This record gives sequence, structure tokens and C-alpha cells, in this order.
Amino acid sequence: MSAADASVSRASLVTRRFLRQRLALGGIAFLLVLFAAAYLSPLLTTWQYDQLDTTSFLTPPSSNHWFGTTQNGFDVFALTMRGMQKSLVIGLLGALISTGLAAVVGAFAGYFGGRLNTILVGLIDLLLVLPGFLIISILSPAFHGRTWLIFVLLLAAFQWMITARIVRGMTLSLKEREFVHAARFMGVPGSRIIFRHILPNMASLLIIDATVNVSSLILSEVGLSFFGFGVQPPDVSLGTLIGDYSGSALSFPWQFYFPAGFLIALVLAINLIGDGLRDAFDPNAGGPAS
Amino acid sequence: MTDPAAPLLEVRDLTVTFASEAGPVRAARSLSYRVNRGEVLGIVGESGSGKTVSSLALMDLLPSHARVSGSVQFEGRELVGLEDRELSLLRGKRIAMIFQDPLSALTPVYTVGDQIAEAIRVHNDVSAAAARDRAIELLTLVGIPNPSRRVASFPHEFSGGMRQRVMIAMAIANDPALIIADEPTTALDVTVQAQILDLLQKAREVTGAAILLITHDLGVVAGIADRVGVMYAGKLVETGMVDDVFYKPRMPYTLGLLGSLPRPDQGAHQALTPIEGNPPSLVNLPAGCPFAPRCPLRIDKCTQQEPDLVQHTGAHAAACHRSDEVERRRAAGENVFPAASAVEAVARSTRSERAPVLSVRDLVKEFPVLSGGVLRRRVGSLRAVDGVTFDIREGETLGLVGESGCGKTSTIMEILNLAPPRAGSVMVLGQDAATLTPQQRFRVRRDIQVVFQDPMAALDPRLPVGDIIGEPLETHGVAAPERARRVRELLALVGLQPEHADRYPQTFSGGQRQRIGIARALALEPKLLVLDEPVSALDVSIRAGVINLLERLKAELGLSYLFVAHDLAVVRHIADRVAVMYLGRIVEIGDVAEVFERPTHPYTQALLSAVPIPDPRKERSRKRILLQGDLPSPLDPPAGCRFRPRCPRFANEIDDAGRQLCHKDVALEARAGGAGHLDACHHSRPAPVL
Repeated sequence: MSAADASVSRASLVTRRFLRQRLALGGIAFLLVLFAAAYLSPLLTTWQYDQLDTTSFLTPPSSNHWFGTTQNGFDVFALTMRGMQKSLVIGLLGALISTGLAAVVGAFAGYFGGRLNTILVGLIDLLLVLPGFLIISILSPAFHGRTWLIFVLLLAAFQWMITARIVRGMTLSLKEREFVHAARFMGVPGSRIIFRHILPNMASLLIIDATVNVSSLILSEVGLSFFGFGVQPPDVSLGTLIGDYSGSALSFPWQFYFPAGFLIALVLAINLIGDGLRDAFDPNAGGPAS
Repeated sequence: MTDPAAPLLEVRDLTVTFASEAGPVRAARSLSYRVNRGEVLGIVGESGSGKTVSSLALMDLLPSHARVSGSVQFEGRELVGLEDRELSLLRGKRIAMIFQDPLSALTPVYTVGDQIAEAIRVHNDVSAAAARDRAIELLTLVGIPNPSRRVASFPHEFSGGMRQRVMIAMAIANDPALIIADEPTTALDVTVQAQILDLLQKAREVTGAAILLITHDLGVVAGIADRVGVMYAGKLVETGMVDDVFYKPRMPYTLGLLGSLPRPDQGAHQALTPIEGNPPSLVNLPAGCPFAPRCPLRIDKCTQQEPDLVQHTGAHAAACHRSDEVERRRAAGENVFPAASAVEAVARSTRSERAPVLSVRDLVKEFPVLSGGVLRRRVGSLRAVDGVTFDIREGETLGLVGESGCGKTSTIMEILNLAPPRAGSVMVLGQDAATLTPQQRFRVRRDIQVVFQDPMAALDPRLPVGDIIGEPLETHGVAAPERARRVRELLALVGLQPEHADRYPQTFSGGQRQRIGIARALALEPKLLVLDEPVSALDVSIRAGVINLLERLKAELGLSYLFVAHDLAVVRHIADRVAVMYLGRIVEIGDVAEVFERPTHPYTQALLSAVPIPDPRKERSRKRILLQGDLPSPLDPPAGCRFRPRCPRFANEIDDAGRQLCHKDVALEARAGGAGHLDACHHSRPAPVL
């Protein structure tokens, strides 16, 4: 069969369109570099994140300490990379969970309506009025000592509600569109309609939401860590580093600017990927015609 | 005083250009025309032909990035390049405008009285009280009942037709010399359209104003205009007296438009000749005649040099290198456009011998009416469909017609849902929808598929066409390789290319998208297609192609159609039987020729008399039955015969004893019509109106 013979499915068309976007591919490459740097950094430098250099306190970047040292003699490069390990996972995983939950809950509530809608909207409103910060701090001791991945779940659990409400609203209008009627009248089950027609048609919203969530989750982790929940010393995250050293941004800037710079780079990479995904999903977006 | 013989409006070389990313869009290209005092000039064209843009340019109402050049002389005064302040003195006073959508043309937060008064006081130094009195006078003139009370109403309290009347009242408030009416009846139902066109005529008589009527509907032009201009790709391609243009067109495009238009006074034997292809994009127009790629008379010269508008006789002019050839062929009775291959009539057994594909009995669809406030209790119900009964037999097309709000869409949605109805029954291929198990219902869906009105909204914009057409197959368990083969087969069946499967819907034109929708509906080889206004969103020249396709498919695949439409001409052309709905009930049903030629119900008669026919002589000699008022609210339908409050027969033709009868409910049964021709009128009487 020739290539024109087999019609292309959406998945391959979106992949093809995504691969055509240089910036987005750059974003992916950059993200991979960040991952590699974060996890391979112990091999790159002699200093570990929990290791003190008692000979150099608050030294600016040098060949020995690439990003300088802190007041206690910690190596800022080692700290930043260790922090990025945590933040990458918190940000990416948390954003995926939060946006995914928002999409599923919002779309099901909106599409099926009735009792399911009442229950899900009730849940959304309940979580919206509960002070998330307080709940996490109350629950934290229970998870103490266990994997900090639970912490990611907790953070995401208080992040999705507003998006879910937006998704529900958009679903209510999308489900009256004729192509959804058409799918229904050909017998496509409701859950398939949601994943096949409704969610792809709000892909732009979901992608933007996920990219915003990445940075927002990384930063909200700072607040919790500050109060002693979440990532605990001597372990670090980008958030705790930025929180700890923001005071010295003007006096000993390397302590602040390196973690902050990596956070910005990380968010930038995510944004580039998000933009690329959005354009790949959106047939109206520019770019060479397929 | 200006010379009375001088034209009121003279447009010369009017060109409008918009900047766009793809390059300059030349929306209007050297337009020249004139409007004399008191005459009606109709400008017809399809969407994108530049008819609206050029009329907005007259009064400089275009967005600021539009570049306008050329000359517009109004009462001897040049308007192009005039300051906005000076133009404002003319707008609404000497030149008035009526827009297409009467809802968005009125400000929702002011009463209509205030808005009319504002139109008066902007240009005249009169007191608020005097302006209000004049507003009431104007509302009386345009036929708003109870004007002294309605003057204090807000636009949302009016129906679409009433709002358009208010717009007309505002337009004639200052006795303008020219009224520009941009598609004034497009958003309205056909009986309301008749009322509004009648009112426009009246407004012209009262004010002596000339009317520039912009529309896509040749039937409307035939009835009301003195002269007509046909636009294509931003240019006037033919102008002349209405009779000349309609009976002796000299431009193939005009001829094509007229030939592709189904006529309500001619049945299925009328062969529609579609114009192949699509209107050109106004960016980077190629040299030569813009119609050349679609023109059957094309010669080399046509692709090299764009023809000018050349005067033929009197006011008749056409922009075509080959108008003499068009003329010759018309005189010789030859076709210019290749005649569509006639669909062979299928030899069919008599109707009663064929099995019913769909039977609907006393179907009721109710919507709950909820109270405002937090609790939203159910306070009543709206019966959108109230006891509808019809059958569709194998190989038959039933046209379901009616105006908006009559319940035709609710009826088909209820049928397509295949859920147990509130009352009555829906039987698809002998299976009762009320007793189906979910598995059975899933299987029945194979046999009943739907094509929607809006070809853009009906296709998921995020799916490639191959996935769209393949979706029903996938849902019903067809394996991927077979699916791909079938998708190609379906694309070919509806006249598209197999490689179109890899594209997204937005890369297609309206007509092509509708073909994709039809291909999807045919994927499962259904027995019955429900067509919900399948051609009403398409341009005239495209429409004929889709209608012909539907007719061919019906003959080839032995389909039955439930064809829902408000356009009676299309129904006349495509349907075997027709059912007329009014306020949730069928008022008349029967064979299409029978119902169109000998309608017995007064509503059908009014409806048919309101349909414009693209034939100026016939149109001028017709007498319209104008209905009073609007559709009553379905929340509180009149007791007895629902048509009674608006019925001309009830009002004029019958005595009191007969009127008593009308207060009683009326069943759909055979009365004055022939066999199989049922109506719901106590005083059923045939009266030809077409």
C-alpha cells in the first residue's frame, strides 16, 4: 500500500505536526538536559549536596565550586541540581495529575450531568472552601518518613478544582455541538465521546493549565517546606533554595540566581513544549499544511 | 435644488482593500453603479462576494484598516474622504441602514421608544415628548400592535420580525433619501419575511426613498427590485432591469445561479445545474475573469484578461467575453451548463406495499419549565412536540417543514434519541424505541443516521476527516484495514478525493464539509437518513450540487430521507411527501405535488404564498397571504385549532357557527384533499397559491 492509501489517524497527525516545531523540540531537548544534569550531577562534581566545604564559606563561583558556596559551605551547584531533581518531579508529575484530574472530573460532571454532576460539583466546591495548606500540614505528619511522592499527590489534590469548574462549563457548551450529537447518534458511549471529542477540543486550555501548574506547584511547595512540611532539610528543592536565599539576592547573588535561573529555564522549557503541543493539536494553528 | 434626473447615488470605481497576513484582500473591485431616486436596486451575490463590504463602504462604516478608493457621489456630494463628523450628519438622516440581525442592531438596555427617539433627536431639534410621539407614530406605521404601550418595551421583548420592524421605523424616522437594507430578511422566517418585504415597499411609498437591497436570495430580488446587480468575487458581473437579468442573462454566472435554484412552483422534474468549484479567494486573484475556472464557456481569453462591464441594451450590462455566445445559446434553447445527469426514477411499488422505515405515532416532547430562584422547581412544561404522527416508507423522502419554533428539530431529536418518548411511540424498522434494550438500541443506530445543518459545527474540528468518517465504523467494530478501505470508498461516493482523509475539516469549503457529513452518515449503510436543514447553510451555487448528490445517493442506495427544512423550494424539489408543522403539530401532510398545488390548510397556503419565486413576472403578479402577528408562545398555545388567532380564514371567510368549531380541537385527517392528503382544519378547502 502506498502512503496515501492508509489514512492517517489523529495520533500520528498530531505527532507529525509536533515534530515539525523546532522550538518545542528544543524545549524537549532542554528538558532532557535538565533531567540529565539533575540526576547525573553527583558524577560531575566532587561536592555532594549535603557535604560541607569548611574551607570556603560564601565564595563566589570558581573552578572548584562552579556556582559558589553558601554561608555554611554547601556547594550551590550540588544544591541546585539536587533541588532540581525534586522540583522536576513535583512540577511535572503534580501538573499532570492536577490537570488530568481537572479534565476528567470536569468533563464527566458536565457531560453526564444529573446526580454525578451534583456529587462532583459538591466535591469541587468542598475542596475549594477547605484550606488546602492546613489540610496538607495536618496530614503531613501521618506520611512522615515515607516517600515524598505522597506530598506531590497532596499538592496536586488542592490544585485542580478551579480548572475542573472551567472544564465543566466548556463541556456543557461543547456537548450541545452537533458533532457531539452526531457521535451520540452513531452509538459512541459517553466516556469515549469525552476523551475523543470533548477533551481534545479544549486541549489549548488544558495545556496552558498544565504549564502554569508546573511553576505554580514548584512554588507552592516552597511555602509548605518553609513551615516544615514537604521537602525537609538536609534535603532541598528549588523552592526551598529560592525561599532560603532570596534574602541574599543583592548581597551574595549566586546563592539566589542559580536556583532561580534554573527554575526559569525549567518553566521556559515546559512552556515551549506546551506551545508546541497546543499548535500540534489545533488544526487552525499556522505552520506548513499537512 | 439638484437636478431630479440626476442619480441619487452614483458609485464609481469603488475599491475596498483589507490587509491580511496572506496579502491584500480585495473585497470590492472597481464597483460602479447608480441608484436613482425612489427606485429599488437589488445587489445579489454569494457570501464573500463583497456585497456587504461595498455597501458599508458607502457610509464609511468599515473598520479603520480597510482602504477605500474611488468615488461615491450622494446627491451630488462626494462621500469618500469626507470627515466622520460630516458623514454623521448624513447617516440616519439622508441615508439609513437596516442590518441583517435585528437583535444585535438594537441596544438591549434601552427601550425601543428611546432608541427611535434618539434617531430623531440626533438630527432634529425637537423635545423629548415630541420625539416620543413621533416614535409611537412610526411604530404604528410599521405595524407594531399597541404602539403606545410597546414604545416602552425593551428589544428582547420583541420577536425577530418585530425587531426588524423597529429597525425599519428607525430607518424611516428622518425621511431618508436612501435606505440601505443589508440582508434584511435573511434571519427571519418566510411568513415574517413576506411581512417585512411588504413593509419595506410601504416604507418606500411613504418616504419616497430609494432602497439599496443587498441579499443572496434571488427570489426576494425578483419580487421587490426594479434593477438588479449581480456580484461575484468583489465585482459587478451583470446589471440591468430585473426582467432583463432574470430572463435574458448575459453572464454565465447569473445563468448558473438561476439554474441551480430549486423553485417552489416546479417539482422534481426540474433539473438543477450546479456550478462546479468554489468562489475564488479574494487574496491574489489570478488575472482574467474570476469566474473562468468554473465557467463552461471558458476560452483562452477569459483566463488572460478580465472582462469589463459592457453595456448591451439600455441599462443591461454584463462583464463577460462570451455574452453573445450566452445569448445565442439561450435563443437556440441550448444549455450553457452541462445538464446534470438525471437520476433515473426507480421503479417502485405503490406506497402502501412498501414497508414503513419509520413510524411516529402521537409523539410528545416536553421540556420542563423551571422557576427562577435557588430551588428551580418545575412550574410547568413546554410541549415542543404535541402529538405528531407520520410514516416514512422505504425509498421515500418526507419533507418536514415549518418555521422556527414549530418543533421540527425537537421532533427529529426525539426520534434520534431512540429513548422512550413522554407519550406516543417511535418505531424504527418495526422496532419500538420504547422497548429497546441498550444493545438493541445500539444496533438500531446503524440504520438511522443524521446529517446536520451547519457543516462546520457537525464535524469535530480536531479530528482528521478520515477519523471523522471512520468513527461510526470504529464504534460498530469494523477493523482498521477494512475501515480505511471503506473511508476511501465513501469519500469517492460523495465526490471527494481519497487523500482528503488526511486533512482537517477547516481546509474544506462549506459544500465539501457537508459532503463529509453525508459520507459519515452513510458509513454504516443506514436505511434512513435524517437530514436537518442540510443545505440551508450553503451558498446557492453549492447547494444544487449537494441536492443532486442526495438525490443520486437515494436512488443508488435505496435510502429513505426525513428531510427537515424551512426552505420550501428545496423540499418541493427533493421530497416525495411533505408534512407542514405549526406549533408542535402537523397541520397538513400529503404528496408533495398535491400539497404544493392544492394546499388545503390556511397555514400551508400562507406559507406557500410567502415563498419568493425567482421569477419577476410571476412574483409581481402573485398575491401574498400575509399572516398577522407572530407565532404564539408554545408555553400557552391557543385552545382548539392552534392557528386560529392568526388564521385569515377564521377572520374573514367563515361565519360565527364556523368559528365556534375552530375553538374545538382538530384532528389530522383526510378532508378536502385527495387520498393520503391529510389536514387539520375544520374548514379545509383547497386553494392554489403558487
